[in-house]
Amino acid sequence: MATTVEDVHVIWIVEGLGCEGDTISVTAATQPSIEDIVLGAIPGLPRVHIHNKCIAFEWGKDFMEWWYKAERGELDPFVLVFEGSVPNEKIKSEGYWTGLGVDPATNQPIPVSDWLDRLAPKALAVVAVGTCATYGGIHAMQGNPTGAMGVADYLGWNWRSAAGIPIINVPGCPVQPDNFMETILYLLYQAAGMAPMIPLDDEGRPTWLFGSTVHEGCDRGSYYEQGEFATEYGSPKCLVKLGCWGPVVNCNVPKRGWMNGIGGCPNVGGICIGCTMPGFPDKFMPFMDEPPGAKLSTNVVQLWGGPLRRLRKITNETVNKEPSWRHKGRELTTGYRPTWRR
Amino acid sequence: MTTQTRREETPTQPPQLVEMSWDPMTRIVGSLGIYTKIDFKQRRVVEAYSSSHIFRGYSLFMQGKDPRDAHFITSRICGICGDNHATCSVYTQNMAYGVKPPALGEWIINLGEAAEYMFDHNIFQENLVGVDFCEQMVKETNPSVLEKANNTEAPHAADHGYRTIGDIMRSLNPFTGEFYREALHVSRYTREAFCLMEGRHVHPSTLYPGGVGTVATVQVFTDYLVRLMKYVEFMKKVVPMHDDLFDFWYQALPGYEQVGYRQTLLGCWGSWQDPDVCDFDYRTMEKWGRAMFVTPGVVVDGELVTTSLVDINLGIRILLGSSYYEDWDNQRTFVDRDPLGNPVDKRHPWNQTTIPRPQKRDFNDKYSWTMSPRWYDKRTGKYLALDTGGGPLARLWSTALAGMVNLGGLVEATGHSVIIRLPKSALKPAVEYEWKIPQWSNAIERNRARTYFQAYSAAVALHCVEKALNEVRAGHTKTWSDFTVPKEAIGCGFHEAVRGVLSHHMVIENGKIANYHPYPPTPWNGSVRDIYGTPGPYEDAVQNTPIFEENGPDTFKGIDIMRAVRSFDPCLPCGVHMYLGEGKELQKVLSPTFGINS
Repeated sequence: MATTVEDVHVIWIVEGLGCEGDTISVTAATQPSIEDIVLGAIPGLPRVHIHNKCIAFEWGKDFMEWWYKAERGELDPFVLVFEGSVPNEKIKSEGYWTGLGVDPATNQPIPVSDWLDRLAPKALAVVAVGTCATYGGIHAMQGNPTGAMGVADYLGWNWRSAAGIPIINVPGCPVQPDNFMETILYLLYQAAGMAPMIPLDDEGRPTWLFGSTVHEGCDRGSYYEQGEFATEYGSPKCLVKLGCWGPVVNCNVPKRGWMNGIGGCPNVGGICIGCTMPGFPDKFMPFMDEPPGAKLSTNVVQLWGGPLRRLRKITNETVNKEPSWRHKGRELTTGYRPTWRR
Repeated sequence: MTTQTRREETPTQPPQLVEMSWDPMTRIVGSLGIYTKIDFKQRRVVEAYSSSHIFRGYSLFMQGKDPRDAHFITSRICGICGDNHATCSVYTQNMAYGVKPPALGEWIINLGEAAEYMFDHNIFQENLVGVDFCEQMVKETNPSVLEKANNTEAPHAADHGYRTIGDIMRSLNPFTGEFYREALHVSRYTREAFCLMEGRHVHPSTLYPGGVGTVATVQVFTDYLVRLMKYVEFMKKVVPMHDDLFDFWYQALPGYEQVGYRQTLLGCWGSWQDPDVCDFDYRTMEKWGRAMFVTPGVVVDGELVTTSLVDINLGIRILLGSSYYEDWDNQRTFVDRDPLGNPVDKRHPWNQTTIPRPQKRDFNDKYSWTMSPRWYDKRTGKYLALDTGGGPLARLWSTALAGMVNLGGLVEATGHSVIIRLPKSALKPAVEYEWKIPQWSNAIERNRARTYFQAYSAAVALHCVEKALNEVRAGHTKTWSDFTVPKEAIGCGFHEAVRGVLSHHMVIENGKIANYHPYPPTPWNGSVRDIYGTPGPYEDAVQNTPIFEENGPDTFKGIDIMRAVRSFDPCLPCGVHMYLGEGKELQKVLSPTFGINS
């Protein structure tokens, strides 16, 4: 199994508006684990060098040197992983919402969106990890002051890397650990010339991970089928009437479990709040209320087949769209009234 | 009191200062950069400033939202201890809605939180902090220490299997070290245990106000117990191994107790509710706070000032001074009296209004997105810059002094120490560990306390799993109580996030969130100079940290500073910048005379 490249670098920016929960989540992955990749335990792969703040040996200038090398084109190829949402730095006259490294000329923190501008054109591929980076997520909620958005909202939904690869979105709040490692593994195979273009859906998600709904993979589905719905938390029955959005959410967690097959959401008693979706969180709130579409569909549960699937498809399309306020430009349209000079 | 006044610059002979900056700091969670100017002649950090790199605005975008969404939203504040936020928010909501979960619901949350401590302290200690003490690092910073380590027999070799201290260091090397990889593995099965209780790590799926959605079966607790006992066995290696490593540091580098040292000013808000006592009513909060399995408390210079959650609550003040916000003096007061009739200060989180003002960073004026949480000591009228000692140091210190905790002998607070007893496991006999109040609040003791608190958490989990199984065996499998959201209410929650104090404060008006302010540990630890000039704990602990690194300025790594800051377990999004104020002539000298022999 010959590889066309010997070394691949992963430049992983964790400083978007996020919580770094995706990095932490990925340390839980076992299929493959981060050490499987770093130590070369998977056949056919190039040598992989992961640069991520949370696990790096070095710090400060030694650490940032990888970013500058990538900018100068000295790391070829590298995959740019972006974590956290991209704030809109243009809606104010000074200061920064989030920074990484310091501009030697001004001694001011470098806005993270600048790094996206500098590195995206040089990257083999851009991977957005977690729902903040993919679509904006929690920090792009209605009323947010920072104008936060997803990477594709920032770079453009038609953006392609120099290698012709679209932005790869691996959503989840946080990302399911193995979903991310599996995607990276696919890209590494692609970089090694061993796999064709990664298959993505319209929302930039790997199709084999996000092609089914929560409900389709949920082991409580037969309760739904029998018309048995939980009326209080802690019940083993279907949670739709307690706020579960599983029937219209693209996610494999109930089937895959959270880690090593353990945990998850509706399968273990947690309502699905749609955390993998472009419409998250706004279109799913208040989380603990029954989804509007569920009332009808749970009543017509006996009239199987076509009509129900069509109803669900309409809702699925709605929650697969982001709210209107996640965009670039000088205007803040989240509903928050800025208190600063513009 | 030294923490009350702006530090005077040393008036004596001009120190030979070298500018050193590290940005970002790594192996932490969050954005952290370090700026220092170091006096290489005196071998000390001269002055330090701390600054945060990120603003997201939770208290702004939560306004007007359904209060029942609060724990789902606030979990996303933190990517390593999000569940601590979710739990604290659920406590806050329980108080506001007047709901008491079934006992089993509380045992499940307790078990989830215990698993979080076991996971998080483990991965931070071994895979993040541990690298600062690994062979590869020590070879680059202090070759003579490595040589000594290779020739020093580990006193507890029989317990942990490493013959010399050098062998321990090699096992901590990233990825190639055996213990480093074992710790990663442990971080996974402890997270599996967590997921059994709270659904997902790091943002739980099964927590709700009123209890949990976890389906309480014999299976779920058995699966937990099996993983817990693996961890108990692991602890019998980890505790003696870290004692050997940390004791060696004091021995190899006399004076190392000064690294990261500061006055003992510790805060702990208590952890693990006792469902037999806790009803989440503010009016009985002192009582149920004192029944927690980690005792809340404020420790000043070795004295336990209070264990009352009401005192703790009313003493919290959010000060400005160096932060990118406008003051809220002329904004409305949401809560003027607490439910007991005590006056609530305008600078208390219940009454905070967040008004962001993004601007250029200026170390002589505003330099951070972090505010300055302080605790008002009514005995002295001082605003104390409490730290959490990274979490475990304050928890053990407060619990030890209070002497209230006794969990059937598994954990016992004595008034001067905490005794932890772990039962026999697969290959190792029962053990008893005693954490004694240390001489210093410093980097090494923060790290040592972390290891002991891992064992403490395992012991608490053993207690809770038995209680939970007893409930299930008795047929009490209900895990959730129904509630209604009142039109108007207030609530507060107190908990220990992995790295220290955590509070949430909520005001509900017209059935919606009118005000919500979470205060996690890092705003305390990583806070900045307040209006009175009092520096935050990182700033305080790093200033005057002596330099033991053998490299001169040209190859200087700043390892001692890194160890000082990492000992607090920084879990930001917020940060540290260390910087010397203007007016001091800086000599950028890259001369060997500033090296070890100068």
